[in-house]
Amino acid sequence: MANGANHKLSRTLQRREDATGYLFMLPSLIFFVGFVIIPMFICIFMSLTNANMHASKEVSFIGLQNFVKLAKDKEFLAALKNTFIIVLVSVPVVCLFSLWVASVIYNYNGFALSAFRCIFYLPVVTGSVAVTAVWKWMYDNYSGIFNIVLKETGIIEKNINWLGNSDYALWCIILILLTTSVGQPIVLYVSALGNVDQTLVEAAKVDGATDTQVFWRIKWAQMMPTTLYILVITTINSFQCFALIQLLTKGGAGTNTVMYYIYYTAFKLTEQTGHFGYANAMGVVLAIFIGLLSAVQFKLAQEK
Amino acid sequence: MNKITSPRTKAYRFICTIILILLALMFLFPLYWIVTGAFKPGADIWSVKPVWWPSEWTMQNFENLLNKRSSPLFEITIPFSRYFTESGKNIVLFQGPTAPAAYRWLINTVFMAVAAMILTCITATFAGYALAKKRFRGRGILFGLIVCAMALPKQVILIPLLKEISFLELYDNIWAVIFPTVGWPFGVFLMKQFSESIPGEILESSRIDGASELKTFTTIVVPMVKPGIGALAIFTFINSWNDYFLQLLMLTSNANFTLPLGIATLQGETSVDMGLLMAGAALSALPIIIVFLIFQKYFTKGITMGAVKG
Repeated sequence: MANGANHKLSRTLQRREDATGYLFMLPSLIFFVGFVIIPMFICIFMSLTNANMHASKEVSFIGLQNFVKLAKDKEFLAALKNTFIIVLVSVPVVCLFSLWVASVIYNYNGFALSAFRCIFYLPVVTGSVAVTAVWKWMYDNYSGIFNIVLKETGIIEKNINWLGNSDYALWCIILILLTTSVGQPIVLYVSALGNVDQTLVEAAKVDGATDTQVFWRIKWAQMMPTTLYILVITTINSFQCFALIQLLTKGGAGTNTVMYYIYYTAFKLTEQTGHFGYANAMGVVLAIFIGLLSAVQFKLAQEK
Repeated sequence: MNKITSPRTKAYRFICTIILILLALMFLFPLYWIVTGAFKPGADIWSVKPVWWPSEWTMQNFENLLNKRSSPLFEITIPFSRYFTESGKNIVLFQGPTAPAAYRWLINTVFMAVAAMILTCITATFAGYALAKKRFRGRGILFGLIVCAMALPKQVILIPLLKEISFLELYDNIWAVIFPTVGWPFGVFLMKQFSESIPGEILESSRIDGASELKTFTTIVVPMVKPGIGALAIFTFINSWNDYFLQLLMLTSNANFTLPLGIATLQGETSVDMGLLMAGAALSALPIIIVFLIFQKYFTKGITMGAVKG
């Protein structure tokens, strides 16, 4: 990078760089191309066919029929709506919550800082299966701690079937998702706060700016790249919320999401003709949505 | 002015600390509930009054869990020998003693996480260095592709991935989980970020001294990006341990399960025995939490380096 960044390399040198560059890339490319890129292209191709799990059934090219069918599929549209509710609720909440936590713990000394950082990270490390297992119990109709405590304190009279009631189920899942999403943003915000240009902060304070003003006008502005990164990873993370739904509700009680519906169509609707192609079409639609959303976030952050 | 705002700031900070401690307790509660629940006797589990502390510590839940299923502790098979047997299964050369399946799952999970970690670290260190320091043609496109692929949820490509794995005859084999994990391009991205900081002059002088590309890589690049490798190692280990989705997709037989998948399967079967469930959750979560606490420092570094704009 240091030399030759701006002027063109000579032909032999360029050839040498090409050769060594690709040789170094090769081990990684085998896995990346083999298990990500090729499946991606197969996915797009299969979304235009009526492929099935059982190879015995005939496969034919059906153009955009799967996508037309998707636009009319009520279940898919409901799943899409739920997915967007999850993303639109969790992304801003995660962002603001972690910003607040980070700005508080940033003032602490080393031990307290890393202790808090650790605690908020623990649900991520615990793993989705263990986390869902314990929440499943806590939400349980009879032996769940929520119902027991709410009944003891007289807030509710009858047990609430948290995960079976479509008024609550999606929100219960969002709550779990939130606890497993804030760990990384907090770590990121703490380090971003450490990188804020202190001379600007001092200068503003001398000019009589309040703490609030310093925070929003200077620190927030300087942390914009971090915020953008957090927005993107939280969006991706929220879209991937699969284990929670598969293990807690199996998409029932109005908690179906596109993620789960893809899995369900691919492996549970095996009798339906063309289910593999159909599931792939969903995958393509989802990828387009994620791409669009990331692009919008980039655009917004750049304007600010 | 400072004299006026300072008590208010202090009060504000005090309130913040109180709220923060309450929040931290809420975040710790599920973990506390797993650990105490795993040791609670059935009466505590089913009590309609809150039982905050086990009335008696029992190993019953763990015993139930371990007795649930069993499998050989390990098996050494001859690869590809299935083409020559009538049953279509590989010839088992050596079989370990029959043990509770959970032990086998633990062995599988550790093997999977370690293999994914080693492979990812090696491939990503090479590739990250090349992307950061080699000016080969097409690297811009390649890097763009890597960033885009990072945003793609695995569920999108689940069917093609499965087809490919069955084509490679790796279905229901632990390598079917390892390979796609290694292919996930986050590691390359992270190692590129770390490699950017290597000064070009050092690489140049090593080249002038006549060192080969590989020698430069092993003697100069690797020592300089060591913290990055540490971060990537712990990151990959934890991610692959907890990648329930891929495990669910690729593994079907009891003896090939991982710990999270095995626990999830038991969860489906015995949705009523919460004590057993907590024992399983404790078993799958505690090893990884311990690993995390030991290598915490690297972890934080890895997370923050990923965010530095590349």
